[in-house]
Amino acid sequence: MKFGIVTFPGSNCDYDAYRAVVEALGESATYLWHKDHDLQGADVIVLPGGFSYGDYLRAGAIARFSPIMREIVRHAERGAPVLCICNGFQIACEATLLPGALQRNASLKFVCAPITLRVENADTIFTSQYNARQSITLPIAHGDGRYIADDETLDRLEGEGRVVFRYAPDQLQAAEAYNPNGSMRDIAGIVNPHGNVLGMMPHPERAVDPLLGPADGLALFESILQRVAA
Amino acid sequence: MTVVARPGDPLITPALVAEHGLTANEYDRLLAMLGRTPTFTELGIVSALWSEHCSYKHSRPLLKTLPTTAPYVLQGPGENAGVISIGDGLAVAFKIESHNHPSAVEPYQGAATGVGGILRDVFTMGARPIALLNSLRFGSLDSSRVRYLFAGVVKGIGDYGNCVGIPTVAGEVVFDPAYEGNPIVNAMCVGLLEESELMRAVAEGVGNPIIAVGARTGRDGIHGASFASEDLSAASEAKRPRVQVGDPFTEKLLLEASLELIHSGHIVAIQDMGAAGLTSSSAEMAARGDVGVVIDTLLVPAREAGMTPYELLLSESQERMLVVAKKGHEDDVRFILEKWDLTAAVIGEVIAEPVYRVVEGDRVVAEFPGIRLVTDCPTYEPEARESADVISRRARDPHRVPERPEEADPLWTLERLLLSPTIASKRWVYQQYDHTVRTNTVIGPGGDAAVVRIRGTDKAIALKTDCNGRYVFLDPRVGAQIAVAEAARNVACAGGTPMAITNNLNFGNPKKPEVYFQLREAVAGMREACEMLGTPVTGGNVSLYNENPTGAVYPTPVIGMVGLIDSLSHVTRSAFATDGDAIMLLGNNTDELGGSEYLQRIHGEVIGPPPRVDLAGEKALIAALLDAIRAGTIRSAHDVADGGLAVALAECVMMDRAHQMGAQVDLSAWASLPLRALLFGEAQGRVVVTTPDPAAVTLAAERHRVPCAVIGTVRASSGALDLKVGTRQIRASVRQLADAYHEAIPRIMQRSASAQDVALASDAVV
Repeated sequence: MKFGIVTFPGSNCDYDAYRAVVEALGESATYLWHKDHDLQGADVIVLPGGFSYGDYLRAGAIARFSPIMREIVRHAERGAPVLCICNGFQIACEATLLPGALQRNASLKFVCAPITLRVENADTIFTSQYNARQSITLPIAHGDGRYIADDETLDRLEGEGRVVFRYAPDQLQAAEAYNPNGSMRDIAGIVNPHGNVLGMMPHPERAVDPLLGPADGLALFESILQRVAA
Repeated sequence: MTVVARPGDPLITPALVAEHGLTANEYDRLLAMLGRTPTFTELGIVSALWSEHCSYKHSRPLLKTLPTTAPYVLQGPGENAGVISIGDGLAVAFKIESHNHPSAVEPYQGAATGVGGILRDVFTMGARPIALLNSLRFGSLDSSRVRYLFAGVVKGIGDYGNCVGIPTVAGEVVFDPAYEGNPIVNAMCVGLLEESELMRAVAEGVGNPIIAVGARTGRDGIHGASFASEDLSAASEAKRPRVQVGDPFTEKLLLEASLELIHSGHIVAIQDMGAAGLTSSSAEMAARGDVGVVIDTLLVPAREAGMTPYELLLSESQERMLVVAKKGHEDDVRFILEKWDLTAAVIGEVIAEPVYRVVEGDRVVAEFPGIRLVTDCPTYEPEARESADVISRRARDPHRVPERPEEADPLWTLERLLLSPTIASKRWVYQQYDHTVRTNTVIGPGGDAAVVRIRGTDKAIALKTDCNGRYVFLDPRVGAQIAVAEAARNVACAGGTPMAITNNLNFGNPKKPEVYFQLREAVAGMREACEMLGTPVTGGNVSLYNENPTGAVYPTPVIGMVGLIDSLSHVTRSAFATDGDAIMLLGNNTDELGGSEYLQRIHGEVIGPPPRVDLAGEKALIAALLDAIRAGTIRSAHDVADGGLAVALAECVMMDRAHQMGAQVDLSAWASLPLRALLFGEAQGRVVVTTPDPAAVTLAAERHRVPCAVIGTVRASSGALDLKVGTRQIRASVRQLADAYHEAIPRIMQRSASAQDVALASDAVV
């Protein structure tokens, strides 16, 4: 299976996504330059984290106009998988691939820490290798991760099982606020109605090697591999 | 060629010369070099290049005495960064740099541009940055101005490094009234490169074009280098426009474009336009290559119209590079930059005639005879005399400081020390830094040293910055030795062999005999320690004039140490890990108490001699520790430092808040020592380790003649740190210790997170 990882000017997690796919998952990956129009036959698209266009104007607001986004929207409309991580999630919201928006963290501070998540829907192409309501640990690293949407949208997301990950309390860190950014309804990750576009603030690509900490992100990549290969 | 003054240039008067920071003697040297009166442009150029910041005129003679070589040193001092080989054809480039003065008046941009500058120093060597560190000093957090500076600096460092996508993996933050008006902001960057791709900033090849790359040149930061070469005062606030403004997004593009350029083979040299901008980058590259250069300021891409050569040459606009390309490859260079939406403009060329010439179209506005512009700068070795105040402080006996009544309960003291912002967890700080990006951070901030793996090998590097300025203040020579030894010890605790250092000498005004004494003695101490520990100095930075009308900072020679870990299986963490492990102390406890955090925090005293340091003993300790680690017998290792043994043990049980442990410790063997010295004294050469095999550790220690003793056992679920000293039993609740240690800084910052701070900061003067 081939992963296409988009490099916008200012992307800085493209390398991590590439390494996760090639080294931990053992699949092939290629970088896709934002000015290109060719997805190079990629089966799965990754919009990686970083600060595309320096987050100027609004996180993701300029990157959505990059030439390659047109092909990516078409790829998504065909029902093919698009994994949008951190800045990628912000870009996906700006491009209306996903509903809602990501605002400045409630603390007004950038936060980098391991965070506990609950898998709310283990029946997506991105989460089939997790158990429903499984508690996992992934790193976060963002300043604009506060997910917001109107009540109707939030209700619909919940009703349709499209909230995939939620920030969740962890008994070991009971003293800490478990929602690191003030996201509405503790939402950390959502999918589009067809379930083929996932947007999430935590970084699964940074959690695939036990040397660096819990490798709970690997199952997400394995899920994609299993469903798409099937 | 004839140099002519530009119409409208001010007349060169003694007042103008003085305003440019040149002494009468220096101006005479300039006249002798030129054989005529300089133009305004020339005066500006010399003022920047001969500033302390660029010329190292008060430190160069001392720096020359430092050891700089080892078989694995590929690049020593004098380049943008030092480089050492780590085997497998790979090398590590690293350097530390200060941004103290700008951070004192504009903390956010001052700190951010410090990170930007050090990143460029490393990637111009052909290295991809893989880690950032920083070493920070502030006054007491009780002051709202200090909280404003602290929060601004941390945000500036975070926003810049996070955006570029380089993990900030380690650092230190110290709070002491000595830094009240003059914060210390040192940033270190480490990069990885193939040995064969090492790039140097040496201009060569007559006819090769000189190309300005990256951001356009604006009117910001003009004379930043000179600003950094004088004391701060009430007037410093007015020099805020000399602080540059950073753009990390452009930096990220510049990073990628520069590495692509270097790998492309189209260029022969590249250098950051840092302090003194275009002037120093072009003059230094020419001096290194012993060639001439000509620059046409009309060709420099400017941000606004009407900029004079003086402004274009001295601007410190950020995110700019100067490149010497191969003749005929200009379009290739331009092509690479355009891919990254950056501009490139040919602004000059390398010439055979040994001159440094600046033209504005047809008019020659500055011309110096070759490298003399750089080499003719005078150096100074002023009078050195130790301060009588320091001599008398050192002579005072700390044991005569009467105990406070509360100290009858050592737990009270321990908790106070854990609450000290200098000792307390810095999570509030490093949580604002992305430390996991690039997925190589094996050990991030919060431990003894950071560990970054080298992908594609089984190796890792251990990184640490260190300096206890209070020790250096009380005894510069011993204090500097300790800074090196402690950095090395930290690196060894993580499983690394100390390899080399970069240093950042932060001192006061060197024209004062007591400051120059500190500088001279600290460099001597550093030399002795580096020689003994086999860690050459591969470069660094000197920041002088860190003082204001109330006095100078503690002399703070920050050491940035790089260590090599041969195998990932040797990576060792600080926190206790396994129930039932034996707790051992390598090294010995003493009755020393001088210069301790205890005296400062509990008694407000900065007195006594700092702890003795036995450099040969430190070397043996490191060897023993690494032997034991490589034999697979060590499960955790933590250096005993600020706050002494009690604080070190407390940190071991609760620094990892998600995995708190307990411990039973018996220190009765040292019951004859004064209890407070045993618990809180800062005797050097000590490491707390845990092991399932104490006999093996003892054997390793004995082999290197290092004192060693089993002092207790790790108890996973006791929830307590139990200390026994003779008949005395002390029981501390781990939860209580953890609460003090982890919440101290967040509570202070939360309490003050009112709009008031910001309002106060804006009208406060330094």
